[in-house]
This record gives sequence, structure tokens and C-alpha cells, in this order.
Amino acid sequence: MQTLNFQFPAVEPGRGRSLVGCVSSGDLEVLIEPGTAGRLDIQVVTSVNGSEARWEQLLQRLFSGRALPAVKIDIHDFGATPGVVRLRLEQGFEEIGHD
Amino acid sequence: MTDTERLLRHRSFVELGARQRARALLDNGTFRELLGPFDRLMSPWLPRQGIVPQADDGVIIAKGKLAGRACVVAAIEGGFQGGSMGEVGGAKIAGALELAVEDNRNGIPTCAVLLLETGGVRLQEANLGLAAIAEIQAGIVELRGHQPVIGVIAGSVGCFGGMSIAAGLCSHLLVTREARLGLNGPQVIEQEAGIEEYNAGDRPFIWSFSGGEQRHACGLADAYVADDVERIREQLLQLLGQPSANRARQHAWYLQRLAQLGAEAPQLDAAAVRALYQGDAQ
Repeated sequence: MQTLNFQFPAVEPGRGRSLVGCVSSGDLEVLIEPGTAGRLDIQVVTSVNGSEARWEQLLQRLFSGRALPAVKIDIHDFGATPGVVRLRLEQGFEEIGHD
Repeated sequence: MTDTERLLRHRSFVELGARQRARALLDNGTFRELLGPFDRLMSPWLPRQGIVPQADDGVIIAKGKLAGRACVVAAIEGGFQGGSMGEVGGAKIAGALELAVEDNRNGIPTCAVLLLETGGVRLQEANLGLAAIAEIQAGIVELRGHQPVIGVIAGSVGCFGGMSIAAGLCSHLLVTREARLGLNGPQVIEQEAGIEEYNAGDRPFIWSFSGGEQRHACGLADAYVADDVERIREQLLQLLGQPSANRARQHAWYLQRLAQLGAEAPQLDAAAVRALYQGDAQ
């Protein structure tokens, strides 16, 4: 198990919160809630050791060129593939919009 | 109705996560979660053992209404650590049952629904999980003296270990075909009895003994329904209005049936087990 922290610049205010996914095999749990103004904070607790570079690349690719909201994201990962991570994060952001 | 239409109208309950299950059973718009994931009441023991925790520790507690009646639902997420009962998740269920007892004492009739999807105690939390299960069992026994406590085993994890005893203590038990109910899980029995006697990989064999259909036919469950949200809710409401079978008080009868097998008990098949449990009712 490994805990990783990432930070990205945010421009929009964070609002609402959402929870998607589950800490089951090949899946992950994503909690999104309003965070500190001007930044998007992500904490990843993952069962896969040595995966820091992969998470870094994945989040860079996901967030580059987007106007990000100032939210705090908590991820509990149980071996999700990059595709599943992307789907869950998109789902989490979309569910905030539904509130 | 064509097969395709039927398939599209069907809403599977088994495929829902624990939170969605609780929401689907309660009256529309009445679901209110207590100690939700954003409260982050997580297992302090799993990370110390290098295991990723879940924000709600795999247990969802919700207050709401069931056909207008006050109800508390405890739903176990079978996907997280096999639905195992740890200190936190177990205390959430026990606490919910105890608060429901208090409400009943204060003149607010509150029933409970337990969505059981669990392999039993969380081995990483050992005695703390076992203590929590004991508290859950005590909570069920006390609450069922006031209002019905209904256990639902939908599958596909099933309900095993100490939590199978909790299931047996409920006022009513509802199962689907996907459900399984047993004290020891198949792998444990195989390990102890040998693969010749009990092959945990033989799914039809396993379900023929511990599956929902068999447990219902043996009188160990009160309702057997198809995996469908509406059907399960309908059945649940029906059970709410019925007197309890009070199985837990009939231990003498069950012991007498089991004693009939004698010391040199033969290897039974599913039909023989049904015959044994059905007794004179056959």
C-alpha cells in the first residue's frame, strides 16, 4: 500500500460533493468535495506499490488543458487500470453537476 | 412481452451496490445516510496491515421510510473485503440497531432491514470484528421484540460466519436464487472435510446445499424471490405485516431433526436435507 499526493492549479470554485466506485478488485473509490481556493488536491491510497509515475502521468493527461475546479479528491484504489480510473473520475465530476 | 422487453424492464437488485440497494428499497426520496463516506469513519486496522480502507468501511446505514413506516437500513458492501465485518462497520450496524431500540422505547416504532452480503468476521480485525458481530446479534434480538428485523440475502457473496447466525436471528429472512447462507463458507468446508466430500469449485453442488432456493425449501428462509428490485421490495413489505416464524426459539425441534441422522450420518444430498428439515410437513 502506498499513499501519493498530487496538486494541480484550479481556476473554478469547488462546489457539491460526490462519491463513486468501491474499493473492490480492479476498482477504486473516488470522493470529491470542495477544497482550497486555487488548487485541486488529490490524495491516492493505492494497493499497488511503485505506481507513482503511472498516477502522475495519468492525472497529467486527464487534467491538462482543462479549467479545473478547486476540489479535494480522495482516492482509495484497489488495483484499477488507468481506463477505470479515468471513467470513475469523469463520473465523479459529472455527479457533482447532478446535485 | 418479448424477451428483449422483459430484459429491459428488469431491474436487477444483485447488480446494485450496497448504497443503491438501500436507496432502492426505501420509499422514494426518504433515504438519509448516517455516518456517510464523507465522515470518513474508516478502519484504523487495515492500513496498518497494508490494506486500502474504504471511506464507509463497507457499511451503509440509512434512515428512511418503508411504505410510510420509519425504518433503518444497514447495507453491507460485498465488494469491499468480501463484506467482512470489522470494528467500525460492525459498530455502525450495532449502533443503528441500538438507536432503533431506543426509538421504539420512546414511542417511535422503527423497524430494521439488514442487507447481508458478508463472509463474516474480518480476519484482519479478529476479536474486534467478533465482538461487533456479538453486539449486532444482541441488537437484533432486542429490536425484534419491538418491531420486525428483516434480513435480506440477495447474493452474490451470500452470508456466512457469525453473520449467518445474525441472519438466523432476524424476524424474517428473504433470499434470492443467487443467495447463499451457511456458517462455514465452501472453501473452509473443503479444507476441513476434503475435496472428495465437499468440492468448493463445484458451483451447482454448493448452491444445491447452501443456495437460496434450498434454504427456503428447508424452511430456513421465509421468502424466496427473483432478483428484481420491485419484487424484493414487494416481498419485504409483505413480510413486515406477517408474524415472525420465530426460528431461533425452535432450537429443540431442529436439534431433534439433526439427532435423527445418528452418529454414523451418511453423506446427504440436497433432497435428503430438504426431507430432514421439512419433517412432518412433507
